[in-house]
Amino acid sequence: MALAGLPENVFITTVDAAANWARSHSLWPMPFATACCGIELMATASARHDIARFGAEVMRFSPRQCDLLIVAGRVVMKMLPVLQRIWLQMPEPKWCISMGACACSGGVFDTYAVVQGVDRFIPVDMYVPGCPPRPEQLLAALMEIQKKIQRTGTLTGREFAQRTTPTGPAPFDIDELRRRREVAPVPGLEIYQPPVFK
Amino acid sequence: MSTDETIAKLHQRFGTDLVDSTFRDNRRVIAPADRVHDVLKLLRNERQFDFLVDITAIDYLEYPDAIDRFGVVYLVSSTKHAERLIVKTFVNLPEPELPTATDLWKGANWMEREVYDMYGIRFVGHPDLRRILMPDEFVSYPLRKDYPLKGMGERHNFPVITRAES
Repeated sequence: MALAGLPENVFITTVDAAANWARSHSLWPMPFATACCGIELMATASARHDIARFGAEVMRFSPRQCDLLIVAGRVVMKMLPVLQRIWLQMPEPKWCISMGACACSGGVFDTYAVVQGVDRFIPVDMYVPGCPPRPEQLLAALMEIQKKIQRTGTLTGREFAQRTTPTGPAPFDIDELRRRREVAPVPGLEIYQPPVFK
Repeated sequence: MSTDETIAKLHQRFGTDLVDSTFRDNRRVIAPADRVHDVLKLLRNERQFDFLVDITAIDYLEYPDAIDRFGVVYLVSSTKHAERLIVKTFVNLPEPELPTATDLWKGANWMEREVYDMYGIRFVGHPDLRRILMPDEFVSYPLRKDYPLKGMGERHNFPVITRAES
């Protein structure tokens, strides 16, 4: 917007837009890498893919210095309280990427100890599918996060206060009902049939 | 010294309590649960089996021809005489218990904790018998065959953090 009387190198914008511009181009990731997605995350940070092009190269291993949580890999029951604590320790404003099939949905690990998607227990802004995702996919998610920040961000973070419902499905949802039905014994069906060797 | 001599010595000491068998080059000894500690002690002290490779267990629920519920397997080896031996025993519900092997091999500590964690087999005399893999609040024994693969809902039993409150 050009106003009469201002020099050419001055422009006027809103404080929100200026904050979003600054925030979205200096996201500091917290790498929560628990499995092979963490290797792809490291590849994204390395020279060939170079996450520094998007200003997100400063991986900090203290959650208090980060504003982007990247959950890369499966999260088990014993790890989930740690993840929640790390999320709560990160200062506002903060965003979360759920990277890979395991972090998004539990992946192939549909067992008693593996959490079926971190979005059930912490808020997630962007999902990256893949097993593991290519570095390009993570970069695409990062660019989407940047767009999301510029689209919805506010200086005081008041857009977060509206997100009062959990991102993921409710803990006891339809797949829990299915699991319970699987557990119930089926009458007349042999559970174990030993192989016959001749 | 050879594994044959070791097994002969075990038979001489324990008589008909022991059953030994061979599968390919595995030599195996099956001992009753109340004698297994004596068997291990003999192996450790008189036959120089100085290395406990592993302790593990098997749940034989719904297994054809199985009599006992749990089998506990000790894999021991002697680095002095290059011998290996598998010692197996059986325990049953409701109180599956075995004497600890931590007095013979210090390395038995975590292995017995793992067997306890997964199968609920208690090792009497263990210095610190608590769960090693699963969270402390966990109450089931997940590798038992009557425990469902997808759990009893423990993996969903956590507080949900929404964006507004974090």
